Amino acid sequence: MERSRRSFLKIAGISVLGVGAKPLSQALAAAQGSKTGPDPRALPGKRWAMVVDLKKPCPDNCRDCFEACHKTHNVPSMPNPKDEVKWIWNESFPHAFPGQEHDFLDEALKKHPVIVLCNHCDNPPCVRVCPTKATFKREDGIVMMDYHRCIGCRFCMAGCPFGARSLNWRDPRPFIKELNKEFPTRTRGVVEKCNFCEERLAKGQKPACVEACKEKVLFFGDLEDAGSEIRRLLKVRTAIRRKPQLGTMPQVYYLV
Amino acid sequence: MYNAGKIIIGLVVFVALMTFPFWYNAGRAAVAPELVLPTKEKQCVESTSFMRAKHMELIDEWRHAVVREGQRIYVGLGGKKFDMSLQNTCMSCHNEKEKFCDRCHTYVAVSPNCWSCHLEPKEMK
Repeated sequence: MERSRRSFLKIAGISVLGVGAKPLSQALAAAQGSKTGPDPRALPGKRWAMVVDLKKPCPDNCRDCFEACHKTHNVPSMPNPKDEVKWIWNESFPHAFPGQEHDFLDEALKKHPVIVLCNHCDNPPCVRVCPTKATFKREDGIVMMDYHRCIGCRFCMAGCPFGARSLNWRDPRPFIKELNKEFPTRTRGVVEKCNFCEERLAKGQKPACVEACKEKVLFFGDLEDAGSEIRRLLKVRTAIRRKPQLGTMPQVYYLV
Repeated sequence: MYNAGKIIIGLVVFVALMTFPFWYNAGRAAVAPELVLPTKEKQCVESTSFMRAKHMELIDEWRHAVVREGQRIYVGLGGKKFDMSLQNTCMSCHNEKEKFCDRCHTYVAVSPNCWSCHLEPKEMK
């Protein structure tokens, strides 16, 4: 039997439709009966940000925020400073704000240690350079690490102008003082950083550092909510950000 | 064919050696591992047959949903809701990793690297 090209193409087209029907119906079925959802307790927020009050002193070198953060997230304390893992730490004013210091800056402010952490930038260079998309920005602005995908290439460390990321050069577990049993540790060869306590936000809690701060130096909230505490603070006080000239749009604000 | 005898003997020896594991173990199935099921909970997030066949896919879906999509609640069998967490949900029932996870994983020779980050119940105590 002779078959024309036209009839062959017709049959081929119908066959392709048939082959595609099963995956399509499966995809539709999966979309309808989604079995996952967010925790109803989660804090609602469209753009999370932090505000640090530099006018308030941390008396007696208070380290409550650091300790709360490191305990919550199983951050190891490495004996060798070269292996150090940093989520939240202190920096001197000239180091935190290069180019924004001058000879006549208030002495108290100049000497004041500056609490620094991942800035959860609006335009994060770490996300752009990550080859595996292990670092990504969530819709609510949190710059997240997916440790399952991290290959330890450290491009993000090179990209971040704030040094907010650390590589686990060694297995961190033996160096964790007290294990938090609800949070995983990291493994050798992955990069880690502050996650704005996204696991706590999902349960309706504020970040551990903010909650632990007795002196009310740290504030956390939703920038898109005009009635939030941080918006009120940013309205009545002058705030600076770290290295704004780089265009990464940091979302940690420092009240001066 | 030159040296036919040597070549044929060589081939016979080669085939015998290569197939040694097959005929040596023929008819002797390795004993399937016996698992110790949790006592405090009778029902897993999905049916036993589903979990047996697809727990790895489920865990992979969970990790994607939690880390990348911020979805943390899983609606399991009978509409019961679970926190999607290997360390906090799975391991709170399956608190004897050696007698549950490891027995099968050793039997089929797979070694998932979950435990280099997630804490196993031994460390949770």
